[in-house]
Amino acid sequence: MRIAAMLLGGALPFLPMLPASAFTAYVSNEGSNTVTVFDTETFEVTATIPVGQRPRGIQLTKDGKHLLVAVGDDDTIELVDTATHEIVGTLPSGPDPELFTLSPDGNLVYIANEDDNMVTIVDLAERAPVGEVQVGVEPEGMGISPDGKILVNTSETTNMAHFIDTETHEIVANVLVDARPRIAEFKQDGSEVWVSAEIGGTVSVIDPATKEIKKKITFEIPGLRAESIQPVGVRITKDGKKAYVALGPANRIAVIDADTHEVEDYLLVGQRVWQLSFTPDEKYLLGTNGVSNDVSVVDVAEGKVVNTVQVGELPWGVAVSEN
Amino acid sequence: MLPASLLFGQIEAAPAAEPAEVGIGYLYSSRGLEPLALAEVPAENDGQAGAELAIEDNNTTGQFLNQHFTLEMTELADGADPAEAVGGLAQQGIGYVVADLAADELLAVADAAKEAGITVFNIGAPDDRLREADCRANVIHVAPTRSMLADGLAQYLVWKQWRRWLLVEGSHPEDKLLADAYRRAAARFGAEIVEERRIEDTGGARQTDSGVVQIQSRIPVLTQEAPDYDVLVAADESEVFAAHLPYRTWDARPVAGSAGLMPTSWSPAHGQWGALQMQSRFGKRFSRPMTERDMLAWTAVRLVGEATSRTNSTEPATVDAYLKGPELGLGAYKGQKLTLRPWNLQVRQPILLTDGRVIVSVSPQQGFLHEVSELDTLGIDQPETECRLP
Repeated sequence: MRIAAMLLGGALPFLPMLPASAFTAYVSNEGSNTVTVFDTETFEVTATIPVGQRPRGIQLTKDGKHLLVAVGDDDTIELVDTATHEIVGTLPSGPDPELFTLSPDGNLVYIANEDDNMVTIVDLAERAPVGEVQVGVEPEGMGISPDGKILVNTSETTNMAHFIDTETHEIVANVLVDARPRIAEFKQDGSEVWVSAEIGGTVSVIDPATKEIKKKITFEIPGLRAESIQPVGVRITKDGKKAYVALGPANRIAVIDADTHEVEDYLLVGQRVWQLSFTPDEKYLLGTNGVSNDVSVVDVAEGKVVNTVQVGELPWGVAVSEN
Repeated sequence: MLPASLLFGQIEAAPAAEPAEVGIGYLYSSRGLEPLALAEVPAENDGQAGAELAIEDNNTTGQFLNQHFTLEMTELADGADPAEAVGGLAQQGIGYVVADLAADELLAVADAAKEAGITVFNIGAPDDRLREADCRANVIHVAPTRSMLADGLAQYLVWKQWRRWLLVEGSHPEDKLLADAYRRAAARFGAEIVEERRIEDTGGARQTDSGVVQIQSRIPVLTQEAPDYDVLVAADESEVFAAHLPYRTWDARPVAGSAGLMPTSWSPAHGQWGALQMQSRFGKRFSRPMTERDMLAWTAVRLVGEATSRTNSTEPATVDAYLKGPELGLGAYKGQKLTLRPWNLQVRQPILLTDGRVIVSVSPQQGFLHEVSELDTLGIDQPETECRLP
């Protein structure tokens, strides 16, 4: 212990300047109540931060100074200082927060409260609730339009994507999707919102203007039963050309042409892949493998899994910092 | 042809018209004896609470679709005419009935319901015959069968390499049916029943002040001199003795079946796949744990809700066609969607294995393969079925 501490202490002043492509990834470990921190250049784990109970949803504030971690069993969202790794505060998230998203300006946090059929809106600077919206049964996924005007919340048992006006906090439309919708993700140009249905096994591509389902993406993997294909995490590149969908116990990430909505490839990753995140330069896509306790690293240009990082138990969410 | 609005899945917000009403009946009869385990005495609203929660869930969804669901509870008194009870529900315009009844009562209700165009959801009778020779085109079976439960346990015991079973069965007809299901499971999955024993129900009180002293000396005697075995499998659906077996057998062996490691479709111990949310919502609403009967009732009422929202219709014929069609897939916290076996209208479902405190495993076990659905490795499968629906 003492040697390690001395080495660490001794090494600090000589830290080289990191190249521009090195980012910091944060992974919430639902089972071990920690956040694993690793470098996206070396893929070395640099720290493990103890947090509250059952950490799941995880995101960085826009300035990168804080990491927000939903700790469902503590009924709060913790703010972790990304420089010191100290927990510096909590947000009044409402009970059992699981997933949340930030407004494009970074000022508001929209939180799904699964037990109360409710979305809570919290002012980040004030750390105070500023609104609530009643939605369907077991709200989960939260997607915000790039202009911040529409929030799409999915409710897992009602099986709907609720389109919420962020000005009035009113639901303006409800779109019925397949069973157990988990994630809502907008294209950067706002032309489409993609909603994954875990039990239904599909991704609905919804036109936010007409609120109509343009296309239902289905998945077929030779040798795998349809029931094991359970889409959860969805990420779309900034140029709107490629999309990636984590398929849960199918142990694969689907690569999709986001223009034609055709599946191009299935990348074999770890077990029960759930959430995804790009590095800010979109060089890599990271996927959390809950059952194998690791994170798969996909080289986006190559379309290949190039690395695996061991993290804590039952990794759930992942966020990557610009810093 | 579905309306365009449904095809594209959009539902207008803030509807102005009166909501379409969907009434769901719930028929139940008294359950006879108290359970052997004092901690498991059911609440007054056992089952009903699950149905009520599902009605609330359906209505949360229904508010966006302008649909409204209500529950009508009806007790089928001892000796009462099931046709009369069904007639009463039909008069209220009810098209769906959740039935927590024994097999013969269920058949009487189903036949009366057929006349009235009512679909019945069986949550109370695990009898395989209701899905086989006695199957009915208007009965959807939400409850798993004895053979599904036995197969779910058997797959795990075989995976565990506990292949030599001492089968101990009770003396009531339903105990024999359950023992038959275990015999079938043993033969199917390669286990061996090394010996069978039977424990007679000699009557008497379930709970007594000093009963434990006698039980402690009796159970070892009842289980001694058995051939070498890995696990005792108890078939005691009537709850006469099984709860007393664990820790009291002559040989130090685990107990499974009606006590010890038990197969079930739901347990308050189940938290995976979002089930924790369900347990938590139920606990908040009713201040007690959610039982298997609650979950079966919830599932039945949610099936109606799901089919109603998917078809955007309150026409029983339309809803019924969806329920029995290939599109149906209900999320019910089991890690995969629940679907119907089209040949006998049994809900396919994973089987949980629990000791009452934690979930030990969930069947089907890995490696038990099937060409259609691995869930069809549980229970009587299509090639063996005796059911011929019109």
